[in-house]
Amino acid sequence: MIRIMASARSPAHRAGVQSHLVTLLLATFVVGCNRPQQPRRYGPAPSASVFPVTIHQPPRLVSIETGGVDARGEPQRAPCVTCHSMREKTTVPTSTTEMREFHVGMTFSHGGLTCASCHRGGQPPMLGLADGRSVPTSEAMQLCAQCHGPQYRGYQRSAHGGGRGHWDLSRGPREKNHCVDCHDPHVPKFQPSTPVLPPGDRGVTQRRGSSHG
Amino acid sequence: MAEPNKRRVTLKVLGATLGASAFAYAMAPVRKWAAGLSVDQFLQRHYRELTKEELAPILRRLEAKAKAEYGRDVVIRDPDPLLGVQFGYALNLSVCIGCRKCVEACHIENNHDRATNNSYIRVLEMEQGSFDMERGDATYEHAVPAPGKYYLPVQCQQCDNAPCVTVCPVQATWKEPDGIVVVDYDWCIGCRYCEAACPYHARRFNWQKPEIPAEQLNPDQGYLSNRVRPQGVVEKCHFCLHRTREGRNPACLDACPTGARVFGDLADPSSDIRWVLENRRVYVLKEELGTQPRFFYFFEK
Repeated sequence: MIRIMASARSPAHRAGVQSHLVTLLLATFVVGCNRPQQPRRYGPAPSASVFPVTIHQPPRLVSIETGGVDARGEPQRAPCVTCHSMREKTTVPTSTTEMREFHVGMTFSHGGLTCASCHRGGQPPMLGLADGRSVPTSEAMQLCAQCHGPQYRGYQRSAHGGGRGHWDLSRGPREKNHCVDCHDPHVPKFQPSTPVLPPGDRGVTQRRGSSHG
Repeated sequence: MAEPNKRRVTLKVLGATLGASAFAYAMAPVRKWAAGLSVDQFLQRHYRELTKEELAPILRRLEAKAKAEYGRDVVIRDPDPLLGVQFGYALNLSVCIGCRKCVEACHIENNHDRATNNSYIRVLEMEQGSFDMERGDATYEHAVPAPGKYYLPVQCQQCDNAPCVTVCPVQATWKEPDGIVVVDYDWCIGCRYCEAACPYHARRFNWQKPEIPAEQLNPDQGYLSNRVRPQGVVEKCHFCLHRTREGRNPACLDACPTGARVFGDLADPSSDIRWVLENRRVYVLKEELGTQPRFFYFFEK
């Protein structure tokens, strides 16, 4: 645009060879600056899901703290099978106050649930669903889901629970958290924790220093 | 005839000398500033004017620069947007506990300056019942979640009608076809108009050259994303495009211990994020400004 205007005006103003040179320089500059945008390239669109969504399996609980400490000051643990493989099966207690050894002093904060709401006796230890069926501890999510339906529905669509991996299952797998990865089944509410990495940029330090708090 | 000519020549030489030295003196600060600036760097074109072939040597040059300045071999790539994909992000405010794990993940992934704890995410502690993000506090250091509070992580909302893009006087920032607003750090002049224009305080300015120990530098870098930014330019969240354009989750999502974050393709009706938008109570920050964010907040209850 500028080039056309400049070259059209030059003869009219009879400015001579010099102005033609300026026009040429200007034209080069203008053309150079208006180099066209390159066409955008695209990566391939996501295709059918080929990678799986797996659920993280928390390590199986095989021992329990006895309450004592060993020579190194670490809490002593006793394998579950020490008792659970030998003792005769009795009824599952209502609360830990009925226990004389082990599991004594455990605290619970999970609605009005009692031990027997979830646990079945026997070997291996099983969990009991509301319809009477027993499931192994690895299937704990079925048990959680029977009371926490809305969360479970969200979980199935990754709107609750979280995980790691790929959003695009045609490019890689995804692993979702298990309920008990985040929630202690006996005290499911998140306990207060110290936040990490406080901001330290200019705005923050200035605000901290001011009297406005 | 010879006399005036000689005087004229003398005056000309004197004038030229004075002029040249005055010019040199005036240009001294520029020379100092340009000391670390190579000719290639000075003549580098805007990202969008470059072909893939032209960009390749620039990436190699930046890799060499990173190696020289930070002492680690890095790979700087330029992944293309995926055909037909429109990125969106949703965050579950019912479960966020304000632990700032996402802030930390962003800090590490995106090669932020270690001294300032810089990050693209700012978690605001909000009074329950309040929706005014200007009253949020980002500097809390007590145990979380605190009673009576909720937590609102704020990062770039990747607006479809982005004020930061409109105000940029040199078009150093723009919206990519997959919806991510990016910055060409080598084109930005550091005027900070975009920082002022953003209603979400999502942009950061590099006041100083970022300091990162070699062993902490993330070597997996993208030209438009997490390569170490030069001093004096603006940066912002880019949805970890060097990860997400390869199908991976953004770093903040993988780090979230409560599963509050949902990322995906808005153009795919079967995606998780579409399910959230269709089945949860969803709102966007400062909707009244008409910025049309691609970042959504939702409630579980």
